[in-house]
Amino acid sequence: MPRWLKDYAPLLLIWIALVGLFSLSSDRFFTAATFSSLANQIPTLTVIAAGMTLVIITAGIDLSVGSVLGFAGAVFGLALLSWEVPVPVAVLLAILAGSFAGWVNGWISARLRVPSFIVTLGMLEIARGLSYLLTDSQTQYLGGTLSSLARPIPGVGLPPSFFIAVTVVILLQVVLTRTVFGRRIIAIGTNEEAVRLAGINPIGPKIAVFAITGALVGLGALFYTARLGSSDPNAGSGLELSAIAAVVIGGTSLMGGRGSVVSTFIGVLIIATLETGLAQLGASEPLKRVITGAVIIVAAVIDGWRTAGPGGPAAMLQKLLKR
Amino acid sequence: MSGAPSSSPLRLEARGLHKRYNVPVLTDFDFTLAPGEVHALVGSNGAGKSTFARILCGLTPASAGTLRLDGEPYTPTSKAQATANGVVMVLQELNLIPTLSVAENLGFEDLPSRFGFIDRPELRRRAQAALKLVGLGHIDPDQPAGELGVGQQQLVEIAAALTRECRMLILDEPSAALTATETEELFARIRDLQAKGVAIIYVSHRMDEIRRIADRVTVLRDGRHIATHPAKELDVNELIREMAGHAQVIKTANRAGSRRKGSNAKVKDSSKSLTFAFDPLSSGIAFAVRGLCAPPLLRDISLEVHAGEIVGIAGLVGAGRTELLRAIYGADPITAGEIELGGTVTVIPDPAAAVAAGMGMVPEDRKADGLLLPRSILANTTLACHDRLSQRGWMDTTAARDATLEAASAMALKYDDLHQPVAELSGGNQQKAVIARWLMRNSSVLLLDEPTRGVDAAAKDSIYQLMADLAARGKALLMVSSELPELMANCDRILVMSTGRIVGEFAPDDWSEERITAAAFAGHMGTAQS
Repeated sequence: MPRWLKDYAPLLLIWIALVGLFSLSSDRFFTAATFSSLANQIPTLTVIAAGMTLVIITAGIDLSVGSVLGFAGAVFGLALLSWEVPVPVAVLLAILAGSFAGWVNGWISARLRVPSFIVTLGMLEIARGLSYLLTDSQTQYLGGTLSSLARPIPGVGLPPSFFIAVTVVILLQVVLTRTVFGRRIIAIGTNEEAVRLAGINPIGPKIAVFAITGALVGLGALFYTARLGSSDPNAGSGLELSAIAAVVIGGTSLMGGRGSVVSTFIGVLIIATLETGLAQLGASEPLKRVITGAVIIVAAVIDGWRTAGPGGPAAMLQKLLKR
Repeated sequence: MSGAPSSSPLRLEARGLHKRYNVPVLTDFDFTLAPGEVHALVGSNGAGKSTFARILCGLTPASAGTLRLDGEPYTPTSKAQATANGVVMVLQELNLIPTLSVAENLGFEDLPSRFGFIDRPELRRRAQAALKLVGLGHIDPDQPAGELGVGQQQLVEIAAALTRECRMLILDEPSAALTATETEELFARIRDLQAKGVAIIYVSHRMDEIRRIADRVTVLRDGRHIATHPAKELDVNELIREMAGHAQVIKTANRAGSRRKGSNAKVKDSSKSLTFAFDPLSSGIAFAVRGLCAPPLLRDISLEVHAGEIVGIAGLVGAGRTELLRAIYGADPITAGEIELGGTVTVIPDPAAAVAAGMGMVPEDRKADGLLLPRSILANTTLACHDRLSQRGWMDTTAARDATLEAASAMALKYDDLHQPVAELSGGNQQKAVIARWLMRNSSVLLLDEPTRGVDAAAKDSIYQLMADLAARGKALLMVSSELPELMANCDRILVMSTGRIVGEFAPDDWSEERITAAAFAGHMGTAQS
C-alpha cells in the first residue's frame, strides 16, 4: 500500500462509512443535491482549518479565526458600501485585514513569547469588537456582489469556492511536505530549541503560519459573504472550535510536529457530513452537537491508539490483521 | 540463620535468561553477584545491559530463565516489588521532577504526612540526611530539583536510592554526567555500601573506572554473555575486542604526541586517510573570543583556536563550560566581548548568525537540544543545510538524500532506512546524526559539548577519528568533556575552567590528570581563601 494511502485510508474509511450509514437511513441523502449543498457549505471551514493545521503543527493554536472572519467580512462590506472601492480591491482588503490580525497574533506570541492560546483568546475579543464597531452592529446587505463564487457551476454542480478551497488544501499540503518552510514548521513543532541551535531562527516561520491563517480566514470571509449575500458582524462565531475539531479529527497532533492538511480536509468532510446527515434525519440542533462532540473525542482516542507505538491497540490490531 | 552457611552464598543468580521483543535482546544469559561485590557490565549500546537491569527491577519480565535473590526465586512484576525486595536502580536518564523541590523528589515514594498534610519539617530532615550520604549536604532541600546541575541531579538520584533498604543496587552509567571529583565522591559511597554487604551492578563505558571500582567485569554482546573477567586483570584492548566482536585498535598514543613525531593522527581506515595535514601552530587563528562576559557565570573569557586545532575545555560541572559554548554560539546573550572568525570580528546575536558565520554546535543534551527525535534521519541531518539543499524554497530531496548518505558513510552511521525516526537509533548513532549535520554544512568551527556522553566504545572511537579528520582538514574544534583521558587523547591543548573563568592552559608536554584537576579547583580555592 503506498504511503499516502496508508496515511489517509483510516480517515477516508470513516468518512465513507458515515456516508454509507446516512445513505442507508435516509433516501434523500445519497443525492447530487446533498453533495452540492455540502460542497457549498464547506469552503469557509476548509480554508480556515487548512491554515489552522499549520499553526497547530508549530505547536501553536489560533482561537481568533471565527472573530477575525467577522472582522474581515466587516472590512469587505465597509470597503464596498462606504468607501465604494472596486470589488477586487475590497477582496484584497478583506484578505489583508485577516492577514494583519493573524500577523499580530504571530508577532506577539513569537516575539514576545506569550502562549498563542492567550494572545489569540485576546484577539478573539478584539476582532469581534472591531467588527461590531465597523458595522455599527448592523448586518450589511451586499446583494449579489460575490454570489457567483458560491453558485454551482452549471454542468459540474459544485461552486467555484469549493474548487478554490480544494486548491488551497493541495497547495498547503505541497508547501508542508516539499518546501523548506514546510519542513521548518514541522521541525519547530517537534523541538524548537533544537531548530534554533541548528541555526534556524524559528520566529519568522512562527509568525508566518499565523499570517497565512489570517489571510485564509479573510478568504473564508469572502466565501461566507458570497453564500449569504451580506456581511454579518456575528459571522463565524464558534468557527474556531469546528476548525480545531477538523484538525484534530485529521490526526494532527496538538503537541505539534505532526500533521497533514489533506487529513484536515477529510476531517472537515466528516464534520460537514455529520451535520448534513443528522439534519436530514431530523436530529435537533442540541442532539447534533452531542453527536459531533462525541465524534471528536472518538477520533482523538483512535489517533492516540494509532500513534501509541508498540503495544498499543493499533499495533495489536495490525498483528491480528497480519495473521 | 547466622551460623548456617547458605547453600547458595550468591546475592543474585541468573540462569539462562531470555528476553525478546521483536528480536531477541537477551539470549541464554548467566550472571552471578556475591554480596559486597561490584560487578561491572560492559557492552556496546544495544548489547542487552539495560534490558537485564530492567528485568531485575521488575520493569519488564524475562521471557525465560530463572532468577534467584539470596537463594530465593525472584520474579519481580513491578518496580515497587523489586524495591520491596531491596533491589534499587538508578537510571541513566534523569528521573527527577524539575519543578518539585529536592526534598519532595527524594521523599516522593514515601511522603511523611500528618493529618493528611505533608509533614514538611520531617521531609526536609530526611532529605538533608540523604543528601549528606552523597556529599551534597550544602544543598538547600527546598530548591527545585531542576535548578541543580546535571551532575548534582544524578547524585540526588543516587541519594534517593541509598535512602531505601538496599540489598542490590544497579547503577546505569552513574558517572556519565559527573565530574572527576563527583565521581570520587560516588566511588567512596560505593565502597561504603560494599562494606555493608550491598551487591552492586555497575553499568559503564569507562574502563578506567571499572578497573578501579569493580571486582569482576562481564561483557555482553548482542544479548549474549561473552566473558567474565576479574577487573584487576582487565586488558582494555581485549575487552573492546570482545565488545565489538572484531579486532579494534584503541588509540593509545595521544594526538599531539604523534603529531610531534611527524605522523599525524593514526588513521586505521585507509579510505579515510588524510590528503594533507594541518600544522595548527603555524596556521592562522580560525577563531578567537576576547573578553567575553555572560552573567551570572562567565567573566572575561578570552581564547584562540587555530585552524586544524582541537582545543579541549576541562572543568568541574558548573564551571561554565556549557555556558561558554552556548555564549560563543549566540544561544545565550552576552554582555561584553567579541568573537573573531577568520580574522574579522563578527557579531553573533543568535545561533542563526553563528551558523551563517561557519560555526556548528553539538549540544550537551542531544535529545533535548540536538535532535528532532520522532523525525527521520533525513530531517535531522538536513536541518542546518536547508539553504543548500533547496532551490527557491523547494527542498531538493535527491540532493538531501545524497548529502545525507555521504555524511552517514563518513561517520559509519548504522541505520535501516533514512526515513526511520532517529529515536530508534542507539545513543552513539543519534550523536553521529547530530555531528553529520555539521559535516554536511562543512562548518569551519565546531563546538562540541560532551560529544561522547552515553556513547558506546566503538562509536566513541569513530567520533574521535572524525574529529581528527576534521582538524586535519583545517577545521577548528573546541571540545568540552568531563573525561580527562578523552581530552588528553584527542586535544592539542586543554583549557581549564573554574567558576566562570579560564584558569589554566596546558600543552601536551606539561599536562597530567593531577595538574588539570588541581587547576579545575583553582576558582574554588581562591574564593575560599579570599
